[in-house]
Amino acid sequence: MSTPLLQVKDLKVAYGGIQAVKGIDLQINQGELVALIGANGAGKTTTLKTLVGMIKPVGGEILYDGQPTARLPSYAYVKHGLAMVPEGRGIFSRLTVEENLQMGAYTRDDKADIAIDMERVYQLFPRLKERQKQLAGTLSGGEQQMVAMGRAIMSRPRLLLLDEPSMGLAPIIVQKIFEIIRMIAAEGVTMLLVEQNARLALQTANRGYVMESGKITLADTATNLLANESIQHAYLGE
Amino acid sequence: MPVVFLKTRRQRQIGLFIFAGILLVLPWVLGAGFESGKSWIRAVDFALLYIMLALGLNIVVGFAGLLDLGYIAFYAVGAYCYAIFNSPQLQAVMPLWLQHPPFLIMVVLCALVACVFGILLGTPTLKLRGDYLAIVTLGFGEIVRIFMNNLDRPINITNGPQGINNIDPVHLAGYNFGKPIYWMGLKFEMVHTYYYLILAFCCLIIFVTQRLQYSRIGRAWVAIREDEIAANAMGINTRNVKLLAFAMGASFGGVSGALFASFQGFVSPESFVLMESIMVLCMVVLGGMGNIPGVILGAILVSIVPEILRDVINPLQEGLFGRRIVDPENLRMLLFGLAMIIIMLLRPEGLWPSRRRRAELHPTEAIAEQEKSDMQDAERVHG
Repeated sequence: MSTPLLQVKDLKVAYGGIQAVKGIDLQINQGELVALIGANGAGKTTTLKTLVGMIKPVGGEILYDGQPTARLPSYAYVKHGLAMVPEGRGIFSRLTVEENLQMGAYTRDDKADIAIDMERVYQLFPRLKERQKQLAGTLSGGEQQMVAMGRAIMSRPRLLLLDEPSMGLAPIIVQKIFEIIRMIAAEGVTMLLVEQNARLALQTANRGYVMESGKITLADTATNLLANESIQHAYLGE
Repeated sequence: MPVVFLKTRRQRQIGLFIFAGILLVLPWVLGAGFESGKSWIRAVDFALLYIMLALGLNIVVGFAGLLDLGYIAFYAVGAYCYAIFNSPQLQAVMPLWLQHPPFLIMVVLCALVACVFGILLGTPTLKLRGDYLAIVTLGFGEIVRIFMNNLDRPINITNGPQGINNIDPVHLAGYNFGKPIYWMGLKFEMVHTYYYLILAFCCLIIFVTQRLQYSRIGRAWVAIREDEIAANAMGINTRNVKLLAFAMGASFGGVSGALFASFQGFVSPESFVLMESIMVLCMVVLGGMGNIPGVILGAILVSIVPEILRDVINPLQEGLFGRRIVDPENLRMLLFGLAMIIIMLLRPEGLWPSRRRRAELHPTEAIAEQEKSDMQDAERVHG
């Protein structure tokens, strides 16, 4: 088997004296959609932020494409194909929808390809096309999530990290967003999905990790996790 | 310039054509129409210089959101740079080939030197925002002025508080801009020639900022201003892009400084006091931060209206009371301050704001729009 796209070894992250991530191992292979589930405060978001260099770890190693990322400045991750859709979306509310999407392609200079990708994003999200000249801050929550995802796609990521894409959205919009996630995955983009909606996440993913107070307690295929009794009890509400 | 009532492209072109025509004949109309015509043209010349300054500051404050209270320092650096190379000040020590360089080279040099000073200010202040940045930049502006005031010892570089005199006027294409030029039966005096020269540079700077605003860099500035962490996550090297804002803004200041020095023929630290920085900032804020036509409007109003008041107040007082009751200079500042307060209360986004700025200062409008979008979402779901 080829080297995994992302390999995390004994990662430790701390805020001041408090350890939020207490030595975890993760592995994401090319083309996989992996879910990271767990309760509030388990350290999921911290893990994601560390993976894209927004937080520096206190221990352990992250290998992206076989290379350690520790020396990479945080703005250089996108250029290497590592993009994140942050929790709470982090869109630029005073830029238009179109400008937000262009921001996603900031590190690219292939104008023709950028235009193609822009069209692709508008195909995925026709609503954004209707609103391309509107300031992003005036969109609905679901549309803003679409902008955030479209913006990430514009960077042509190899590995896309999604943090709570369902947060604060109406159930029907959540369905729509997950539909898109499946479509992006089908195009061959590797993804790590952090979700509180464990059922939906596991139904979408190939594999899953369960995180509890800073540690990975379970790692299995998504089908097995869905069938696991303790998971059903703790996260699926059965 | 997006003007609402000019709808089609053709109408806009015609509008621009007429506008350009007005600008071309403006000094002659002023010269013929008023008794003190020359001083009016001079006021317009300075208004143009202020437009250039305001546009430069607008890059730093309006686009990148970095509050700079010492902007006039770059104007000073440009002016002194021009003065030192183009006056007898350092004649004795400077090698001959360095003295009196061609004007265009001088402009580029002044821009570069100001640019270096911009980076000098930007580098240590990268982590600062808002009030803290304002205080450091304010200090920087004062340091530059104080240096100019004191660099007459041990080696006399700036000639201290007396300033530098006898600065060459611009020599361009064989013409000496300091002397009247006769062309097609018209007598172009110094105020006229400088009007056209400064106007040309002004247009150039407007063109550059206009292009910058909608460029990749322009978007990066707005992104940093909104959310530095998210901007970083987009792959923006926030450090370099911020420094670029300082450097660009500073170089505009440097160019205007060079023009100022050559126009005045004299520079002294007095021209670069804190009040000047505040005035330029007022132009940007009053006109509409981040919006180029707004900033131009602000610069014109803040620099010209006081001149008009100066001419109106005295005759008015004499007419009403038969004598001068208040010194026009004091009344001018009083009215100016009052106008600023009223405008900031009623229109905090400025007279001609950008759409972004408006959204920022009227969040309720944006929220209302967002709620409308949410409602539409809900309707689509149920309908």
